[in-house]
Amino acid sequence: MVQEPEVSPEIARTLGVTAEEYERLQKILGRDPNWTELGITSALWSEHCSYKSSKVYLREFPTEGPHVLQGPGENAGVVDVGHDWVAVFKMESHNHPSYIEPYQGSMTGVGGILRDIFTMGARPIACMDSLRFGEIDAPRMRFLIDGVVRGVGDYGNCVGIPTVGGETGFHRCYNGNILVNAFALGVAKRDQIFNARASGMGNPVLYVGSRTGRDGIHGATMASESFDSESEQKRPTVQVGDPFTEKVLLEACLEAMRTGAIVAIQDMGAAGLTSSTFEMAGRGGTGMRLDLDNVPLRQAGLTPYEMMLSESQERMVLVAQKGREEELVRVFQRWGLEVAHIGEVTDTGRAVLEWRGSTVADMPILPLTEEAPVYRRPLAPPSDLEQRQRAPEVVQPEDLRGSLERMLATPELASKEWIWTQYDWSVRTNTMQGPGGDAAVLLLKGTPIGLAMTSDVNPVYCYLDPRRGGMQAVAESVRNLACVGAEPVGLTDCLNFGNPERPEISWQFREAILGMSEACRALGVPVISGNVSFYNETEDRSIYPTPTVGMVGVVPVISGGANLPTSAFANRGDRVVLLGRDRSEHGGAAYLRLLHGIEQGRPPEVDLDAELRLAKLLRHLIQQGHLRTAHDLSEGGFLISLAEACMGRRMGVTVEVPMVGADLYSETQARAIVACSPAELDRVLEAAEEMGVPAAEIGETGGEDLVVKSGGEALRAPVAGLHEIWSTALPRALGL
Amino acid sequence: MKAGVVVFPGSNCDHDAYHVLKHVVEQDVTFLWHQDEDLQGCDLVVIPGGFSYGDYLRAGAVASLSPVMSAVKRHAEAGGLVLGICNGFQILLEAGLLPGAMRRNQNLRFQCRDVFLRVERNDLPFTRHFEVGQILRMPIAHAEGNYEDSHEKLDRLEAARQVVFRYVAPDGSPAVSGDLGAQWNPNGSARAIAGICNEGGNVLGMMPHPERCSEEILGNTDGLGLFQSLVESGVGVLQ
Repeated sequence: MVQEPEVSPEIARTLGVTAEEYERLQKILGRDPNWTELGITSALWSEHCSYKSSKVYLREFPTEGPHVLQGPGENAGVVDVGHDWVAVFKMESHNHPSYIEPYQGSMTGVGGILRDIFTMGARPIACMDSLRFGEIDAPRMRFLIDGVVRGVGDYGNCVGIPTVGGETGFHRCYNGNILVNAFALGVAKRDQIFNARASGMGNPVLYVGSRTGRDGIHGATMASESFDSESEQKRPTVQVGDPFTEKVLLEACLEAMRTGAIVAIQDMGAAGLTSSTFEMAGRGGTGMRLDLDNVPLRQAGLTPYEMMLSESQERMVLVAQKGREEELVRVFQRWGLEVAHIGEVTDTGRAVLEWRGSTVADMPILPLTEEAPVYRRPLAPPSDLEQRQRAPEVVQPEDLRGSLERMLATPELASKEWIWTQYDWSVRTNTMQGPGGDAAVLLLKGTPIGLAMTSDVNPVYCYLDPRRGGMQAVAESVRNLACVGAEPVGLTDCLNFGNPERPEISWQFREAILGMSEACRALGVPVISGNVSFYNETEDRSIYPTPTVGMVGVVPVISGGANLPTSAFANRGDRVVLLGRDRSEHGGAAYLRLLHGIEQGRPPEVDLDAELRLAKLLRHLIQQGHLRTAHDLSEGGFLISLAEACMGRRMGVTVEVPMVGADLYSETQARAIVACSPAELDRVLEAAEEMGVPAAEIGETGGEDLVVKSGGEALRAPVAGLHEIWSTALPRALGL
Repeated sequence: MKAGVVVFPGSNCDHDAYHVLKHVVEQDVTFLWHQDEDLQGCDLVVIPGGFSYGDYLRAGAVASLSPVMSAVKRHAEAGGLVLGICNGFQILLEAGLLPGAMRRNQNLRFQCRDVFLRVERNDLPFTRHFEVGQILRMPIAHAEGNYEDSHEKLDRLEAARQVVFRYVAPDGSPAVSGDLGAQWNPNGSARAIAGICNEGGNVLGMMPHPERCSEEILGNTDGLGLFQSLVESGVGVLQ
């Protein structure tokens, strides 16, 4: 057997356990921990598992609402969507592993989030991915992009869950630390939801799925540290994904759940067997005795320490009703899965691990899970905040068409089709609107409703003003859902930040949460699940604050799909209406950033009342079947959104607007472009007036060109040419 | 007509095929488990898309050796109808029920998007509802759909009129290989082949997914004709 290190405060430090935390552990145990116990504690108290630096701020989020059945704290949140169905969803980061090993890192990111969904008893029906890469020419970046895209695709495609959208951004702040945030949505009948509370003394604890190997040991701890030049050496801490086993595990678990013999179930995610058993017993207020000799191993010779900390993928722990184990074993074996009886639920409140005839750990559960350290880290705004927020000098475009073409050719604004054609987005035959629009729409078969999903954040806004950036991310998500007629029912998030031990980062974190919370309250969207990823830094350079928002909404009535607009112009002769008020706002705007390298100023104001009115109006117009096209204005402002609406189905448009020059790229919020048949125009304008949304008819679709007049003709560009630039820019930049 | 949809570990379009047969064309449908040799009296056997056995080793290779495939072979030999979609097509090739083999897509990437197909013959129980030369829009979703065989065998396949669907440009013009044609021949298939049948015309394999485009609500019903043809063919044994 491998000689285990002698336990000391110094060795604890190397596992990320501070001197104070070590003392706290000694107090809880009433003695010194052994090596296995120290390893378990380092995982449970890692930032990734314990949320110790974020907990105090996460309490700000509104988490309740009339439709919320399960808020944060379980594997995923649950919202009632009516007709006896619930939506189960969550988003999670897999940033650190994906930077070290992009293919396996992104694969296991998708795998982990899918397990979080089916652990709850729900069948996953769709995924989205929010990806942030560095500059394409940065070292390793093409390799990272290719690996992440292949990994996301290979996993979701094999399991057969459509990847229906997401977002991909490029910014130098991610050169040394990319972000991979996976968002999954599942559905279940209301009474089919499972939880992860171990109960019933003597109930057997079963282990199902892949065998345990040495991969991913201390993955959770790694995700709680910053990167340095040695990080590539950490490849062994990255887990390896097996989507085939995941698919079989998914089907087998859903079938096993229907037997009624499962009391509680949880996947082995971060910190593997440790967090799954401690969390299940902790939530149930029970204890657990584990017989580690029965844990199925991939190779002989794993120590208890390694078994407890392995993050081998595609594994589940479940508590069965005593006496009904065989029913479950039969289901799992039918699907070719291994099942092992690894322990029992006890009433001692302790986790007792036995191995080779001796007790290798004996720890009280609640003190370790509930009384984990909580930090209120010092906060301070960045010293250069004033400079960051100084109003930028707005450079006017000399050649409007040239500026538009150059914007569309940037990876940031270019079509992401090269990415999403590598994802199966139509399997399961629910996808009414897939990637490329403002939000995806999925049928919920057997009901008249659809579910919409979107993900959003603008990291540059968050860097310039994290509070406003947080608000904007929520507001834009609501607007995206409204553009397909969906009313939001809940929000999940992935809060990606730097090292919280630095006051500037903790300040950004708190500000972003306050902004998001304010927007959630005003727009009536509860936060039902989420994840925090700190330490996104390499060699002391932090990423921009990136609080990714994932949002799910309900489209109340899908009558044959006919009333759903798309984000592209679809018919010649449709009237185009601009909703919202135009202002000149260029702080953090894409135009100045991408064409002139200016990244400063306060981001555009977020008027939550205006957002609410706009969203209500859009939903009303869509439900009434008045709109053929709806597309919100976001990065790049009016002109980019207009061009996108043209390029989608290669349809020209002629509009006349009061905006001139750079203001065509102003990123004022709470705006959308809609198009309707001439017969509907009056109704659209009347409804807008009634509901307090400024609306102006600006032109008509048709022809081959995108034409903008303000006074005289300001811009004329053939849509085919713009489409060519926009659709080929990304593969071209990647050198393909 | 009674239809059976085979379920292998890793099949993931099984529910989609079942759904269209049951709820869209309203036929009697059952799932057939990969370990069973009993086809339960089905007239039509559908081998659905997905990643049977993870496509480990080679797409369709492991599944082609499972017990249910022995029964499917006997069913096919007796003139029974067999439809293989995507992974199902790959399995039929591996099982020797159809000639040829699949290579990885020419660009070495999974591709999910709409393609255009020309119907090459409508005298099959799968294609009665189509016109010869009709252009269909259908989604594909695969990484290994690059059909290949020797020149002589391809010639023989053509001569025997076994090519049922061919990738074309939206206007029906040929999707030749090369930079321009590659856009419409999404995987580099020899002679732009998207679907073939056996000599008897009772076994069809195709890479595109007709079950994903058979409902108005999904915005495309170009695949529906295939299922309607099968329903009209009634009982499956070809006369």
